[in-house]
Order: sequence, then C-alpha cells, then structure tokens
Amino acid sequence: MSLTDQAKHEPTPPAAETPSRADHRGGALWWHLTNVYRLTIKELRSIRADPIMLALVAFSFTIAIYAAATGASTEATNLSVGIVDEDHSDLSRRIAASLTPPTFKPAVEISVGEIDPALDAQRFIYVIEIPPRFEQDVLAGREASVQINVDATAAAQAFNGMTYIQNIILNEVARFIAGREVGGSIPIKVVTRSKFNPNFKSSWFTSVMQIISNLTMITVMLSGAALIREREQGTVEHLLVMPVVPFEIMFAKVLANGIVVLVATGLSLVLVVEWWLNVPIAGSLPLFLAGACVYVFTVASLGIALGTVATTMAQFGLLSIPVLLVMMLLSGSTTPLESMPVWLQYLMRFISPTPHFVIFAQNVLYRGAGASIVWPQILPTAIIGALYFIFALRRFRRVIFAG
Amino acid sequence: MSGSAVAARVEGITHRYGKVVALNDLTLEIPAGCMAGLIGPDGVGKSTLLALIAGVRKIQAGTVLALDGNMAEENHRRQSYARIAYMPQGLGRNLYPTLSVFDNIDFFGRLFGQGATERRARIAELLAATGLDPFADRPCGKLSGGMKQKASLCCSLMHDPDLLILDEPTTGVDPLSRRQFWELIDSIRARRPLMSVIVATAYMDEASRFDWLAAMDDGKVIAQGTPAEILKRANKSTLDDAFIALLPPEKRGQHQDVVVPPRVEEPDATPAIEADGLTRRFGNFVAVDHVSFRIGRGEIFGFLGSNGCGKTTTMKMMTGLLPVSEGSAKLFGKPMLADDAAARENVGYMSQAFSLYGELTVRQNLELHAHLYHLPEDQIAPRITELLERFDLKAEADAKPESLPLGIKQRLQLAVAVLHRPAMLILDEPTSGVDPVARDAFWRTLIDLSRNDGVTIFLSTHFMNEAERCDRISLMHQGRVLAVGTPKALAEARGCATLEDAFISYLEEAGGAADKKQQEPSVPAPVAAPPSTEGTQRHASWRFDPRRLWAYARRETMELLRDPIRLAFAFIGPLVLMLAMGYGITFDVENLKYAAFDQDQTPESRRLLESFSGSHYFSEQPPIRSEEELEQRMRSGELALVVEIPAGFGRDLTNLRPPEVAFWVDGAMPFRGETASGYVSGLLLRYVKDLAVERLGPNAVSSAYLGSINIENRFRYNPAFKSVFSMVPSVIVIMLVLIPAIMATIGIVREVETGSIANFRSTPITKMEFLLGKQFPYVVVGMLTFILLVIMARLVFGVPVKGSFGALAFGALLYVFATCGFGQFISTFTRTQVAAVFATTVLAVIPVVNFSGLLVPVSSLTGTGRLIGLLFPAAWFQPISVGVFTKGLGYSDMWLNALVLGLFALAYFVGAHLMLRKQES
Repeated sequence: MSLTDQAKHEPTPPAAETPSRADHRGGALWWHLTNVYRLTIKELRSIRADPIMLALVAFSFTIAIYAAATGASTEATNLSVGIVDEDHSDLSRRIAASLTPPTFKPAVEISVGEIDPALDAQRFIYVIEIPPRFEQDVLAGREASVQINVDATAAAQAFNGMTYIQNIILNEVARFIAGREVGGSIPIKVVTRSKFNPNFKSSWFTSVMQIISNLTMITVMLSGAALIREREQGTVEHLLVMPVVPFEIMFAKVLANGIVVLVATGLSLVLVVEWWLNVPIAGSLPLFLAGACVYVFTVASLGIALGTVATTMAQFGLLSIPVLLVMMLLSGSTTPLESMPVWLQYLMRFISPTPHFVIFAQNVLYRGAGASIVWPQILPTAIIGALYFIFALRRFRRVIFAG
Repeated sequence: MSGSAVAARVEGITHRYGKVVALNDLTLEIPAGCMAGLIGPDGVGKSTLLALIAGVRKIQAGTVLALDGNMAEENHRRQSYARIAYMPQGLGRNLYPTLSVFDNIDFFGRLFGQGATERRARIAELLAATGLDPFADRPCGKLSGGMKQKASLCCSLMHDPDLLILDEPTTGVDPLSRRQFWELIDSIRARRPLMSVIVATAYMDEASRFDWLAAMDDGKVIAQGTPAEILKRANKSTLDDAFIALLPPEKRGQHQDVVVPPRVEEPDATPAIEADGLTRRFGNFVAVDHVSFRIGRGEIFGFLGSNGCGKTTTMKMMTGLLPVSEGSAKLFGKPMLADDAAARENVGYMSQAFSLYGELTVRQNLELHAHLYHLPEDQIAPRITELLERFDLKAEADAKPESLPLGIKQRLQLAVAVLHRPAMLILDEPTSGVDPVARDAFWRTLIDLSRNDGVTIFLSTHFMNEAERCDRISLMHQGRVLAVGTPKALAEARGCATLEDAFISYLEEAGGAADKKQQEPSVPAPVAAPPSTEGTQRHASWRFDPRRLWAYARRETMELLRDPIRLAFAFIGPLVLMLAMGYGITFDVENLKYAAFDQDQTPESRRLLESFSGSHYFSEQPPIRSEEELEQRMRSGELALVVEIPAGFGRDLTNLRPPEVAFWVDGAMPFRGETASGYVSGLLLRYVKDLAVERLGPNAVSSAYLGSINIENRFRYNPAFKSVFSMVPSVIVIMLVLIPAIMATIGIVREVETGSIANFRSTPITKMEFLLGKQFPYVVVGMLTFILLVIMARLVFGVPVKGSFGALAFGALLYVFATCGFGQFISTFTRTQVAAVFATTVLAVIPVVNFSGLLVPVSSLTGTGRLIGLLFPAAWFQPISVGVFTKGLGYSDMWLNALVLGLFALAYFVGAHLMLRKQES
C-alpha cells in the first residue's frame, strides 16, 4: 500500500458532508430511483459476466423456438398409416392412394397379423382394414364396413387424423359411386373458413407459444438465480448495510432480468418468428411488448419469491421445475384451457399469470386485437404480479434479516 | 532435520493462471521427516506449490518429485494418493458440513479401504488425541473454526500418511485453538517421526517453530534453511522482520513499522457506540448474551475471542443487519434500528467473508458503492482514483476480484468500506488470511483514519500483535464479554507477560469442561500403535474398488438424508406435477364456445343450429347480430366457432336449391381449430343424412351416397379416448429426467464450489468410482419416485400398468441411469451451481416437453426437432412407459428401446469420465 507519505493525504472531510436522503435535491423518490438504476446496471453486468447463461438464453430464444415450431406440430401432419387391404379392388386402392402428404405419410400395406405388433411399436398411428368384397358390397348397396384402428395414446393427433381419414373414405366412396350412377344433389353447401390461421399451420401457434414458455422459464431461472447467487456469496448482506432498502435490491433484479428477457423476446419475434419462420404477425408488436413487460415483472417476482423459499441452488432447481412445468403446460399454450376441469381452470387463472398472458398474446399477435380488447387480460396479470412482488418482498426481508 | 532424505523436490516449475504467473521457474528441495514451512505474502504461489506436490493440480512446466517418484507420471501419482494427505486452505474446506465429525472421518477411512474394526479403532484414537470425542456426533458445519481444522486434520491422518501437506491450517483460527492444533501435530509427529509435514502459513510465530523454512515471494524462493539460519542471514531477531528484510528492495521500501500515535480523548463527547445488555438468540441458542460496552469517538476498539463466540453476531447487530433480541445499541447517541437506511450512511462495514461482487471489476465495485452512497457526481471519479492509489489497487483496477488473492480482495473491501467517508468502521476479521506486509500496510491506513480523520474503528481479529495496537480490546467467549480494557492493563491484570498468554488464561478460566478436555492432549496421548494397514492401503490400486465407490455413495446418501428440504422437493414435485398434468393436460376438446349469426331466423335454420346446441362438444353463447360483432367477438378470442346462416336459407332448402352455410373457425390455436372443424363435419354429416332420409326415404343408393358406409373406429389401448391414459405415463417420463438430472449435476458442482472436491483429487478414488458412487443415491431417489408415481397412477387416475411391471421398472432403471449421467455430464462443463441448474433445466425441459412424444408422437416429428428428440433419452423411454402402461407390452417388445437407453447411460458416463479431471488444471 502506498501509505509511505501520510502528509500527502489531506484530512478527509467529516462524514456530515455526505449527502443524506432528506436534503437530496430530488427528494426521496429520486433517491430510490437512482439507487434502482445503479443496482440495475450492476445486475446487467453480472448477467453479462456469465457466458454459459447467456448462451443458454440465446439458445432458448432461437434454435429452441425454431426446432419446436418446425419439428413438433400438433396439426395433423405426417401421420403414419398402415393399410390392410383384403379387397384389392379399384376402390380400396383409391382409398389408399388418397392418403397424401402433407397430412399423411404414404400408406404402407401390411398383413392382418402385423397390425398389433406395428401399433405396439408405434410404427403407425392408424391402421385401416378394408375387408374382402368391400367394393362389391358398396356397389350392391349392401352395408359395407371399414375399420380404423387408432392408437389412442397419440393424444394430440389421434382424433383429428381420424376425422380426416373418415372424410377421405366417405369422399372416395361417394366419388366412386358418383362416377357410375347419377345421385341426388347435395342438400347444402358448406363453407368452412378458418380465421387468423387459414391452414391451421401449427408453426404459427407453436413458435409464439414456445417463446412464452421459454420466456417464463428463463425469467424465473434468471431472477431466482440472481438472488440465490447473492445469498450464497454473501453479497446481499453487504448490500443491506448500505443505504439501500430491500425494495430497491429486488426491483433492480426484476428490472435487469426483465430487460434481458424482453429484448430477447422482441428479437426472437422479429428475427426467428417473422423472418426465419415466415409467420405473419397480425397485431401490434409494441402492444405485445407492453403486455410482456407486465408479464415479465410478474414472472420475475415469482422467480425471486421461489429464490427466497429455497436456500440453495439445488433446492431452487427442484422447486422451480414443477412450478415451471405446471405454469407452462396448464396455460392454454399447449392444450386448450377450456378442456381442463373447471375447478382447475379457475385455479390456474387465480394463481398463475400465464393463462391470461397466453390469451393476451394470441389476441394481439394472431387476432390483431387492440388495447381496448386485451385489457381484461393485462389487469389480472398485473394484480397477480403485484401479489407475487409483495410476497417476495416480505419473504426477502424476513429471510435475509433472520440471517 | 532427520537425515538427508527429501520429501519433495521441484525443478524449474512454472505455473500460470491466465496471464498471472503464480510460480516462476521455481527449484526447491524440501527435506523429509521434519516440519517444513512455506512463508510469504498472498498470491506468491504457496498454495499452488503445495497442490502440485500433492498431485491435485496438473503440472504445467517443470518436474515435481514427491515420495521418490515423478508426480507427472500417472502410475506414481496413483500410488502416492494413498501415502499423501492434503488439507486445503480454508476452515474445514474438505469436510461435509451436514455430516457428523465421526461420519466425516469414517468416510476417509472407507476411501482408503479400511475395514470396519480398523476404522473404529483409528477414529476412536484420533478423536481422543484431538479432544473431539465429545463432539463426535456434531455436524461439522456447527463446529467452531478451530474444531473444524482439528476434524479436518483427523481426516487427513486417517490413513497414516508419509507426507502431510497443510495449506494455511490455522488461518482464521483463534490463538487458543491454534496452540492446541500445533501441540496435536507435535504429538502425532512424536509417534510417527518419519512422517514429513509441509505447511504454508501466514503466522510468523508459528513458522519460527518449524525445522525448515522456505520464504517465497513473487513465485520464487528468496531464502531457505532453518529459522535460525534465516534470522542469521537477515540479521534480524524476529522472523517477521527477517522476512521483510529479505524482500527485494523495491518491495521493502514500501514497508514501514506500524507506529500508533497516542489517542487524544474528547471527554464529553457522546460515545460512538454504546451497547447495553445486547442479546441475540437463534432459537434456544444464545449467540450474544447481555453484552455491554462503549466505544469512544476515534477509538480503535478490538474484539478478541475464540471462533463462534459471538463477535460476528454482535457486529451484525451494530450494523443493523440483525435485529436485537434484547437490550439496546446506540450509534452516536441514536438507537440503531434494523431497517434504518439513513443511519447506515455513517457506517462502513466489512464482513468476514469477501462480500463484494466477484464478477464486477475492482473499479466497477467502487463505482457501484460510490453511486449507492450518493457521492456527488463530480467527486466520484477523483474519489475512486484516490482510493485506488491509497489502497494500492491501481494495477488491479480492471481485474475481477474472483481472480485476485485474498489480501488484495481485503484491501478492496476496506476501500469500499471507507469510500463514503463514514464516521465509523465496523470490520469483521479484516486481516484474516492476509500476509504480514499487507497487514501492516492495512493497519497504517486504519491508524491514519482513526488519528487523522477521527474515524471510530471497531474490529475483530485473531492476531495478537494487532490486538496490541488497539486502544482498547474486549475479550469475548461464548456470547459474553470476559474483560474490557487496554491491552496492557489486561495483560497486567492476569500477571502475564504477553497479551496472548493473558487471553488464553482468560479463556481457560472461562471455558467449561469441554475446553478443558481439549487441553488434555497437549501431553502426547499414550495410545497403542495403530493397527497396521500396510496390506490394505499401501498398495491401494487404481483397479476398481467397490469399497471406495460405496464410500462415496454412502456419504452422498447421508448428505441427501440430512437435507430434508431437498429430499421433500424431490418427491413432492413429481406428485404435484402428476396431479396437475393428469387432470389438466387433455386433448379432449369439449365445450367449444360458439355463437350463431342467423340472418334467416326460420324453422329450417333453427333446426340446423339445434344440432350444435345439442352437442356436448359445443357450448352456446349469445347470438351475433352484425358483421362487426362477429369480427369483434372472434378477435377477443371469446368464440371458437361462428355459424353464419344467410338470409333465405330456409327458402332455398325447401326449394331444393342448396343454400350456403359458412362456418368461421378460430384458427389461432390450430389444434383446437382443426378439432372444431372435425366436429362440424361430423355434426353436418348426421344433419344432412337425417334431412335426406326425411326427404327421399331410406333409399339404398342415396344412403350409400350419403355415407352409410359403416366406419368402425377402434380406439386401441384407450377405448374411452381419454388423454389421461397417455398423460400419466408421460409425466413419469418427464419427472424421471428432470429430478435425477438436477440432483446429480448439483452433486458434483456443489463439491467444486465448496471445495470438498479436493478429497476426490487427493485420495485414491478413481473417476469411475466417483461418478458411479455419486450417481447411486439419485438413481435410488429416481426409482422411488417412479414407484410412487406408478402407485399414484393406479390409485388416483385409475391408470393401471397393463403390461409387465418388471419390463417397465427395468426400462425406468436404465432411463434413470441415463438421466443421472446426463446431469453429471452437464456438471463437468459448468463451474457454478447456478449455471449447472440453469443449464440442466433449459437443456432438459425443452426436448422433454416438445420432442419426446408428450404432445406429438415422435413418429410425426420432423427436422431439427426430431433430431433433438432422438438425441435425448426421453424419446426412447416414452414408448416403454406408454407401451407398458396402456398397451400391455413386455420385455420382448422393449429390447431395442432398452438397448438405446443403456447406450445413452453409457455415452453420458463416458462423456463425463472424459471431461472430469482428476487433477485441477
């Protein structure tokens, strides 16, 4: 230490000169705000210092989104069908030939004995059995039957694919008869139009919903980890001896992690969803990001609340995983919310902000809804967020001060 | 010195951490069979040298010979692990805090392959010799610092090492415990005179009792020989002075003797600190028991006492970090409240452990604090420059503290504490682990602050020469103040020559039976010679030894059992998730909200609508009256379907002119939209058929035309077509990957963070035994979770296992091995627990939710998603779980998937084995 020359140091001014909260020019609010600002900068620097975390955030908002949107489609595509053709007639061949991509993979002809093993091994989701003399029966006007074996454990697609197969068989049979006989005219004309997503392309849906899922996961993990890291390193203790209040510390964490996640979300929507995946965004991006601010605040508060409940990172991991999965899967972003039991729907809407935000995101991004339509979703998100924040702040005070 | 044998010899050793050179072309010969000491300031490479000799750190350049062999050779190293004992720096760093003293020592015995009888005999002997036997069942985390070091020493001595390497074993230990520690080493050496001991220490008084010393500076040896030789060479009377004299001139120039100018008392000033009957309880434990003292303005007040006597707790109460249970504390005449931010502006606090941000640079840390204390903007830059200068931190201004030696970190902490020019400094062991030169410099700053700036300084210390510099000191023991006074007065009151003797005499008087007991072994205990272990441990081999594996497995299990919260989370999480997903995730679309936009309003149009209102798939909402309303209500997501019937529908229908009906489906959620269209076409089919039968009679041709083909749907495996049958088996797939992976990854990274990984590096355990042993408890937890979930599936959801339970359990076992292996693999490239948990969660949740057959069958996946899915074990276990549960499958149907899962387990294991380094690099 260079204290060789003590005369070099003029006596330090007395402590009274240090500005205090009361006489600060901007008043108490300004004081709090500057503290939050400084702490936020600190948090952002901490995040930047961890390359593994940054790489994982980048992965979650790019490749993970792309892979989920293009790879896993809940729409009925690429369905694997086996066909047992015991008729070998013109009609049965027509039915097999009409199972065409993209909905179906080319049908594979198998023998009766192969049905069970093939379904057991998940080779096919459907096996169609066409009995002998099927064509003859149809032409003779006799009752003819076709059997569709459905692997009913393929939850997401089994039913829709089955509807398609039924329609195809009926259409083929109708066309086959119509080619030979003059039938009656169709009593009504049906036009089914799909709004907001004309071809039921699931990549439109999955990409944005995957962003919401990953946003939830990353925000909770980042903000919870930011708190646990301070606790494990003892730095929170140091912050608390300084003239900062727990609120500022917590709010800065919410803010810093929120900013990182919001930037990632915005970039991901524009670059990955719109540009890479070519998904049209119907509504206003600024409106969506404004709503996302409220949501991220809520989820970051939840992350901190979980971080105060768990004392170590191991506990935090084990605690946050079930919480995250429940939030992500029971939000209406994977399966329709209205399919859940009513009590569970209410429960989820009451404890989790995600169902509200999922509706908000769908309304804004797909349906092009404006602020006047979506405020009923933002309000509950904000209320839940405020409750989380208050809970987290109380826990934060108690846990840290109990030492 | 006994004989000319050499314990260790290093030649031309150079070691770098990034750009920093820790050891610079060092050549040294350390004699055997004696106490050899390494002395020198922080960051000169003492710890690195010891780690290289112990074989726990990889040699970068040069040769290290220890125990007559080359430590670069794996063969020799493997044999040496059984003959060397290494105690890393830090209080009880290689102990497991939740395990008892006995269990910790027992673990080491098992690691060296000792049998049950031998272990018991040795532990009893060691505990008796160290005076720890009354505390055998106490968890190590609850021991005082001195006791931790003794327990750690017991662990090191468990296998009768030929070479004992101690890295600053007494740093942060109080004088009494320190004295006992060295007496213990002496008594052990008396019994095993051939054992070589190499010690690094910051205490010169300790070093002067060693047989041989090497003084180090800047990665080089500046002097070596017996203490007498070194004193003679430097021509000084104390080792402290000798060391400073031996330093190169440019460094020596900075040093000055510490002179404490007398303090001028201000008689009528309010005391800076006034504590009155201060008490703090944690549950039943009284940490601070009615402590009262006053500290005058500008006074340097020292707190002395054994580890865990309540010093830190008292200081925390003074800073407002801890609420006071009873009594009062006043700062400058004002009561100190726990949440009083304004009062804190008068106080600078420095905690015992480094508590600044390791990931911010030195300058950024200072800036942060300057801003938080609201220094005027224009003063911040000059103030920081001044502090960097004053605390000699200029060279490190842009370095991150996590890479700096302790002494420099402590200077930074002090710089931060004084940054806002507080009137009072509260410093908790500020010089612990700091070398003598830096300590003196530190003290000159403190004295300057006190005497010239009138700053009150309240500090705690274990160094007696520091205590002597205080204006007054207070001796604490077990939460009580034993005595307060000037150092001189206290020594005189006990009739002792030195403060240290006085201190120990106070402690001995105050200490109860427990402390007496610790005193006993100062006379070498006349214990029988330990049972010979030549056969078992001398040739401890690198061949697979199940006993070592079991030692790790057993210890990991015990640690898990001692953390009930972690254990509870591990079991409760999956159960909650199964409830939530079993009930919640369903693809059974029902109650779709629809509304009619009926512009016709005729009996015909109402009849069409009736087929919708009668279906349980749809739930009717108030009708729509205008185009705008249609648009608006669909946009808000309220309606999933709108049936638009044009005007004239009834008329056209009656006139056999096909009317047009429009169905608007909300496609925002494609799955729901697709299902809704499917329902619509089903309902219409029936409606049209009824219409046709009514109109034309049951004519064969027309009915065939209209679809009297009987399509028979057989819902295989799930006749009721309920999602729960596929969800419940899938939850098992999810939970068996996440929980075991997180636990396994933490299991390794935690050891790295706490330092107990040193035991893996310094003992004969092989990587394979280590990895498998640490997997064991988590595989068990995984399988117990599995059984719980299967029971729950049956009882709560009525989803029984239709196929072979054995096949399912076998698949689950392979799967859990694979997922634990995945966790361990992740742990080998993450350094912190935070990063490890983060990485495991993100990398596991995304594929398991999206690409493992939970929502979309793997056979329908395409592209990247399919690849990610197939490269993750969940996609291979999903068919086993779903297949055995719902399809009634058995072993013969599962062999391929089981084989792949086995390969995954193997691949992760091999990956972790390759990435894990036995030596630190």
